[in-house]
Amino acid sequence: MTMTATAPSLAETVTASFARKRRMAFAIPAAILAYLIYAAISFDLAGLAQRARFDNAAILLSDFWMHKTHVTRDNRTDTVTVAIEGETKGTYPPGLLPDWVRIDGDVTTIDLGRGHIVTYDGDGARYVVPGYGTIDIRPEGGKPVVTAPEPIPDWISISDNKVAVTTDAGRFNYSRAKVETFKYEPGWELWFFTLDSPFHGKSFAELARLALSGDRIDPSRSNLGYMLSEFWTNKMWRHGDVAWAIFETILMAFLGTMTAALIALPLSFLAARNFNPLGPLRFAARRVFDFVRGVDGLIWTIVLSRAFGPGPMTGAIAIALTDSGSFGKMFSEALENIDEKQVEGIQSTGANSLQRARFGVIPQITPVLLSQVLYYLESNTRSATVIGAIVGGGIGLLLTQAIITQKDWEEVAYYMVLIVLMVMLMDSLSGWLRKKLIKGS
Amino acid sequence: MVDVAFGPGQGQRPDLSNRNEAYLDMVRRKRMYGGILLVVFVALMASGWKLAEHRNAGGFLNGLHQVFDFPSEVLSEAWTNRANLPGLFWDHVPALIETVNIAAVATLIGALAAMSLSLLATRGLARWPALIPVFRRTMDGLRAIPEIVIALVLIYILGGGPVPAVIAIALHTGGALGKLFSEVAENADLKPVEGLQSVGANWSQRMWLGVIPQVAPNWLSYALLRFEINVRASAILGFVGEGGIGHDLKLAMQWGQGRYDEVVAIFALLFLAIVVIDHVSDHFRHKLVKGH
Repeated sequence: MTMTATAPSLAETVTASFARKRRMAFAIPAAILAYLIYAAISFDLAGLAQRARFDNAAILLSDFWMHKTHVTRDNRTDTVTVAIEGETKGTYPPGLLPDWVRIDGDVTTIDLGRGHIVTYDGDGARYVVPGYGTIDIRPEGGKPVVTAPEPIPDWISISDNKVAVTTDAGRFNYSRAKVETFKYEPGWELWFFTLDSPFHGKSFAELARLALSGDRIDPSRSNLGYMLSEFWTNKMWRHGDVAWAIFETILMAFLGTMTAALIALPLSFLAARNFNPLGPLRFAARRVFDFVRGVDGLIWTIVLSRAFGPGPMTGAIAIALTDSGSFGKMFSEALENIDEKQVEGIQSTGANSLQRARFGVIPQITPVLLSQVLYYLESNTRSATVIGAIVGGGIGLLLTQAIITQKDWEEVAYYMVLIVLMVMLMDSLSGWLRKKLIKGS
Repeated sequence: MVDVAFGPGQGQRPDLSNRNEAYLDMVRRKRMYGGILLVVFVALMASGWKLAEHRNAGGFLNGLHQVFDFPSEVLSEAWTNRANLPGLFWDHVPALIETVNIAAVATLIGALAAMSLSLLATRGLARWPALIPVFRRTMDGLRAIPEIVIALVLIYILGGGPVPAVIAIALHTGGALGKLFSEVAENADLKPVEGLQSVGANWSQRMWLGVIPQVAPNWLSYALLRFEINVRASAILGFVGEGGIGHDLKLAMQWGQGRYDEVVAIFALLFLAIVVIDHVSDHFRHKLVKGH
C-alpha cells in the first residue's frame, strides 16, 4: 500500500503517458486547424473569390501556347494591317499576307476557320457565325449599329461605342476608331525568324539545304552564319538578350557564392572557439555574421543598388554579403567539430599555425565546406532571379517586365521554361560536382 | 600477386622500387592539378567580376564611397524625426504579422504536402513503388520554379493580397522540404513498419505509427529552418509583388526623402523579426535534434 502511494505502478505511468499522448494527438491538429482558420479570415479568403479574375486565367493559359494575329482596319484612314500580336515588328508586309486574309480593294475577308468568316467593307463589317447567323455592323452617326438574330447571346457584348464578339474561333471588336479581328493559332509564332528575315516561312529541310548549299543569300557571309545571326537577333523574341540575361543571372549566383565563401573562410576561424581563445573577439565576429545575415538580402540589395546602380554586380555583391554571414556561421560550426588529433600530429612536426590550419584543419572541413558552397550556388541561382528583379539585371528583370505589361504571356512562358531549365541544370551540376569532389572519384 | 594480375592498370601503379621518388611524384602531380584548378578559379572570378562591373550601371570604385551615403542620409533624417519612430514602429506591426503569417501558413501547407510526397517517394516505404520517379520529378519541378514566378502570375489571376504569396511559397516549400524529408525517411528503421504490417495495419497506419514518430524530430527541425527562409522570402515577395511589410517598405522607399524615418522603422522591424525568429528556431532545433 505504501509503495503505490510513493511510486506509481508501471501500469499507471503508462496509462497516464498514453492519456497525455492521446490528448496531444487531438490538440496539435486542432491547433493547426485553428491557426489555418484564423489565417483564412485574416487573408480574406472569402473575398478572394470575387477578386479572382478567371477570364485572366483563361487568357493566360491560351497565350502560353498560342499566338494571336490582329487584323485591324483603321476606320478613319481605311488602311488594313495584319500583325502578329499587333506589334510593328510582327507586321506582315503588303504582298505577303497569310492565306486566311484576302484584301480586294476595300473589301477584306478573314477566314477564321470552321465556317467563321469576317468581312470588312465600305459599309461596315460582318461576322458570319455558323449555327447562329450573321452579325452585321454599320456605323450610323459615328456609332456602330448591330443587326443580329434575336435574342442576342451573351458572347456578343454591345455598348454605345463598342461591339465585342468572342467565339471559340477568335475575337472580333468594332469601335468607332477601328475594327479588329483576332485569330488564335497554336505555337510561338516567329520563334525562329521574323517576317522581314529571308529565312521566314521555310521548312527545316529547305533551311538545311540552304545552310549546306553554296548559293549565298547575302554574298558577304555564309548562309549558316546569316541564319544564326538572324535567329540570335530575332526582334520578337530577342534570343540573344535572353541568353545574356540567363548568363548574367548565373554569373551573379556564381560570383556571389564564391566571394562569400572566400570572405567567410578566414573570418570563421575568428568565430570558432577552438581557434580563437579571445572571447570578446569571438563574440564580435559572431555578431557580425548574425548582423549581415539578419539584415537580409532584400535590404542589402536596396542599399547597394543606390550606390552601384542597377546591374549584375550589385546583385552579386548583395548575394556575397548575405551569404558570407550564413557561411561564416556554418564554417565556424564545422571548425568547432573537427578532430584535434590531426592538428596535434601536424603540430608535433613543428608546423606553425598557418601550416597547421592548411594541413590539419582545411582537409577535414573541405567536404562540409564544398557541399555547403555547392548547395548555396544552386539555391542562389534561384535567388539571383528574384534579386535581378529588384536590382534590374538578368532574367528576373525580363520576367517581371513581361509580366507587368500583361500582354505577351508567351514570352512569360518562354522565360519560365528557361528559368526552370536553368535551375534544374545548376541543381544537377552542383550534385554532380559534389559527388565528384567529395567522394573523390 | 593477385592484385598485380587483377588490380588497376600497370601504368597507374606507382613504382615501389624507389618509394621516395614515387611519393614526391604523386605530390607533384596533385599540386599541379590543384594549381591548375586554382588558376582557372581565379581567372573565372576575376573575369566574372570584371564583366559584371562592365554590365552594371555604375562602377565598383565609383560606387564604393557612396555605399554609406544612402544609409547615412536615411539615418540622419530618421534621427531628426526620432520622436516619430515608436509610433511608426507600431504602425507597421500589422504588416509584419501579415508577412510572418504568410510564411507560417505557407510552411505549414508546404510541410503537410511534403510529408505525403516524401513518403510516397522513398524507397522501401512508398505506397506505389512504381510511381516513385513520378513523385521525385514532381518535387524537383516544384523546387525548381522560383517563388516570384508563381507569385507574379497568380497576382494577375487572383488580384493582390497575401494568397498568391502563400501559394507560391507553399509550392516551393513542398518541393524543397519533400526532398529533405525523404532523405530522413530513407534512414528510418523498417522494423516497426514490419511489426505493424504483421498485425494487419494498412499503409497510412504503418506510416503514421511506424515511420512518423522516428522522423518527427528531424522533420520538425527542417520545417523550422524552412520557416526562417520563408519569412525572408515572404518579405521579398511583398517588395516585388504585394502584401506584408515588403510592400510597406517599397511604398516608403518610392516616396523617398521625407519618409526615411518610416524606412528606418521598417528596416529595424524586419531586422529584429528575422533575428528573433532565427534565434527561437535555432534554440528549438538544437533541442529537437540533440534530444534535450
